[in-house]
Parts: sequence; C-alpha cells; structure tokens
Amino acid sequence: MRKAFIQKLIELAQKDSRIYLLTGDLGFFVVEPFAERFPERFINAGVAEQNMMGTATGMAEAGLIPFVYSIATFATLRPYEFIRNGPVLHNLPVKIVGIGGGVEYSHHGPTHFGLDDVGALRVQPGLSIITPCDSDQLKTALEKTYNAPGPAYYRLSKNEGVTIPNLNGKFETGKLDLIASGPDALIIAMGNSAQEAAKAESNLSHKGINATVALVSSMSPSPEEHLIETISRHRHVFTVESHYINGALGSMVSEVISENGLNARLTRLAVRHNPHGLVGSEKYMQDRLGISSQCITETVVNSLNLAAR
Amino acid sequence: MALTVTAAQRAKPGLNPYKFSNEIRRLVLVESKRAGVGHIGSSLSIAEIVGSLYSSVLNIKSPDDPERDRFILSKGHAALALYAALQLKGFISREELGTFCDDGTILCGHPEVEVPGVDFATGSLGMGLSFGVGAAMAAKKTNSQRRIFVVISDAELNEGSLWEAILFAGHHQLSNLTVLIDLNGQQALGYTKDVLDTSSVEKKFSAFNWDTHVVEGHNCRQIIDTVNKLDFANGAPHVLVAQTTFGKGVSYMESKIAWHYLPMTDEQYEQALTEIEKMEIEG
Repeated sequence: MRKAFIQKLIELAQKDSRIYLLTGDLGFFVVEPFAERFPERFINAGVAEQNMMGTATGMAEAGLIPFVYSIATFATLRPYEFIRNGPVLHNLPVKIVGIGGGVEYSHHGPTHFGLDDVGALRVQPGLSIITPCDSDQLKTALEKTYNAPGPAYYRLSKNEGVTIPNLNGKFETGKLDLIASGPDALIIAMGNSAQEAAKAESNLSHKGINATVALVSSMSPSPEEHLIETISRHRHVFTVESHYINGALGSMVSEVISENGLNARLTRLAVRHNPHGLVGSEKYMQDRLGISSQCITETVVNSLNLAAR
Repeated sequence: MALTVTAAQRAKPGLNPYKFSNEIRRLVLVESKRAGVGHIGSSLSIAEIVGSLYSSVLNIKSPDDPERDRFILSKGHAALALYAALQLKGFISREELGTFCDDGTILCGHPEVEVPGVDFATGSLGMGLSFGVGAAMAAKKTNSQRRIFVVISDAELNEGSLWEAILFAGHHQLSNLTVLIDLNGQQALGYTKDVLDTSSVEKKFSAFNWDTHVVEGHNCRQIIDTVNKLDFANGAPHVLVAQTTFGKGVSYMESKIAWHYLPMTDEQYEQALTEIEKMEIEG
C-alpha cells in the first residue's frame, strides 16, 4: 500500500502545490519518487517525531498541507501530545500517515507494533481516522479526504499487492463497505484485517455458513448509521482488528450496539495481551493472537454451534 | 502615578517600548490580582521581551493578516503578559482583558488561538518552538518575508522536544526564525542550576549552528537594536539569550521560587503597584 500512497500523493501534489511530505527518516524505497519529483516539498525531519509533528502544525497554519510519514507507532504515540495540542487543538490539516498498523512489523517485535494507535487517536475530537483495506481504496480515500480542513490519520498497510474482493476501490467517509452478504453472521473488520475477514467468509461458506462482511475504512467519523442498519439485521456480530481489544473497532461497535439498544451478541476478535516474548511472521502473529482467518472461522462456527444448542 | 498608553500611541508603531513594557507589568499585576491567580513572576520576567517585540519589532497589521509576523509564547504560563500586549495593541479590548480567568472567558491561564492575536496555543512546555520552526519553514518555502519570534524559558530547555527543534532549525538555517530565551534561572520547584543546569546556553545554541546573542532582558533598547541588526533573509536562525530577573520590578518576588505559583494578598498587591510605578523608566 506504500507504493500506491506515494503514487497517489505525487498525483495530488502535481495539482496542489500546498502538499508537502515530511518523513521521520523512514520510507526507504518508498518516498524517493516524491523526493525526486518535488525536492522542495520533501523534508526528512530526521528521527525526531515530536518536532516533525510540531513543524507540520506550523506549516499547516500557514496554509500548507503537510503529510507526516512514519511507522504507525512512531507517527502517533511518540508525538501524541503534539498531535493533541497541534493539529487537533488548532484544527489544522496535518495528515498523519502511519505504516504497518497491528502486527505487520511481525518479526521486528513489539516496539514496532501498532496495536494502540487507533484507540489512542479515536478519543481526539475532529481527527479523521482512515483505515484503508487495500491500495485502490486508499487511492480513493486520499483523493476524497486530503483536502479536508481538519487533521487526519491514515493507517496504511505495508503489505503490497493485497486486493479485497468486491471492494473495487470504493471509499466513503462515515460508511461501511459490504463485500459479502449472508444471514448467518456479521463479520466487521477494520483496515488490514479485511483480508482475513474475506478469507474467513469463504471458509465459512464452504461449511454452509453464509456471513455478511462489512469493512470499516472510516473509523472516525464512524459509520454509525450504517452500522445500526447492518447490525439490526443480524443476531451474531464479530469484530476483527489487528489492534488491542480496547479502544478501536470492537469498542466502537459495542458502543453503537449498547447506545442504540440493538439486539445482537458481539464477539470481539482482537489482541488481548501484550504480545512480547514470541514473534514470527505476520501470519504466525495473527494465528497466535487470534485474529487470523482461521481464528475468525473457528470463532464463528463455535459461536453459532453454541447458540444452536 | 500609573503609566497609561493613549489610543493615539496605540495606533502608532513607534510606541515607547519602556512605557509599553511597564504597562504590561501593571496590567499583569492588576489582572492577576483580580483573578486571584499566580504565574505572576514568570509574566513580569518577560515584560520587556514582549514589550519590545510588540511595541517596536513585530509587523502585524491585523491579527488575521496571513503575512503578519508570527509570535509564539512557548512558555504559555506567562499568558497574561501576552494578553496585556495584545490589549495595548488594540487586538483585544480592556474589558476583555478584565475577564482573564473568569467563567466564560477566552483568556485562560495559557493562550488559546481563539484569542485575537494568538497564533498558536501553548501551555505544554517544549512545543512552541516546533510550531515556530514549521511557520518559518512555510514562510521560506512560499517566499514570504514574514518572520517568526518564539519566546521560551530556560526551564523549558529541560524538554527534549525543544532540542529536536533547535537541531532542525540550525540544520535548515531558518534565518527568519528568532528565539528569545527568558533566562531567569528559575523553574517551578527550584533554581535551574539545581534542577537541570542550563548554563552556557549560548554555547549550546552555537554548537547547534545558531546565530547567538546575549542581551540584558530588561533593556528594551538592547533587545530592539539586536533584533534590528539580524539577517532574516539568509543564514542561521537567531537566538537572544535574554538575562532576566524573575518577578522583575516587585522586590519581594524577584528571584523567589514561591512566586512561580503564589497569588498576591491585598497588601502585597498595593506594594507591588507602588514599586512598579516608581520603577525607573528608561528610553
């Protein structure tokens, strides 16, 4: 998704001279095309994420649109208070780009995981949180949102070549994307868990279980109305996210269910403990943490069996 | 007799910086007493720094002019000194200044951008210089002549993020950026030399490729003359290490740690007003 991001950013920057790219010294083999095309609008801010966020705030106040690029956790948690007192408090269009949310930095270990980025940022008012599910959707999301007056966080996958079936590059702020429809269960997935949810839907269909799959690429503003409408048609709801269990997708869906008195049983698949000590590939981590397609499939089957007893 | 600035003086850029600064000092005392709040010593410490800039340096035709010079009070707890300057410039009214820290006011203890003339909200130390760096970078990138002035405190140099900004500004030679350090040697719970020693701060900035000047922080003429000689078009960012006295002008506050937080009693207030009215006004 990183290459699609840079391609799209170059395209936007060609027609909008306000766009700048700041990196916290990350993006090897990713950011170079932008730097070569727009050397005056590319700033390597060094490994200094707090100052990078503050600098972006100052640039945005002057009417520019700075994109601030780093690995998800470094782009969000290290400069968290700068985000809060900078673009959020001033309502300025600083566009934060965090790469590899969840456990995509798998064997790099827990310091590089982004399991708390969305939860930490979701409490900030006026900050858009966009969690694209594949590259085509990211391009549409960037096109539609880069020019918005307030701040945004784009949680981008570092995996290339992922295409989610039936998504077709659609993106709408505050809306779900339904990529499969079935009456037996509703699986709601955030961003880079879309692929696992889609695989699980396929696995379940082979077992005679037909599930609806709803993807959340607009975490904030949340797709509340669309969630109410979709959840109302289901008894069994499952959320899937590469994130700690508190604060992000599962929390948002449980808020919608409880605040609207919806009659649904929610099961949250998310990371329930600090994943230190054992690392491996992303697939290994997803299995171990209970957020892989296989875990989703098993959880849905078991829940439906239990309910049928 | 209390010093006042007339409407005619307010309309002219060439305000007497000493009178302007001492009027800031008086307004700080009046409004902090009325509101019953502290941070008085920190505000008195920067009266001449803020007064020099607002009376004689900053090019601000109106607070919403995009080409205005930017001013950032990174040590946001001295907000009252800034509000006083904004009132003397006519950006906020005397009545509004009289709502400082009241219910429903926009003038809280640390400045917010809702206040006309406040470019960046501050209060959490160590952030204002990064905002200023971005503002300076934006001006350079868009070929604007506007300048950026940031006031930080010596205690604020404890914050690691400031050193990120200092390194960045030196590297990028942001000549349109000027920092004024309120070097009063104090912080909330002690003297800076005892908490985290920030001595030889000018050498530290020089080592980070800044254009460095040491000035007397209550000498308006020296501050203004130094700023007027700076090259804002080319070269290094500038720092004025302004040697100040915490609580300047009020004898029982000067260099006393307690006056970081304490509000004044009635007796202390009367004494403070009397003392600043007798202050020698130079220039």
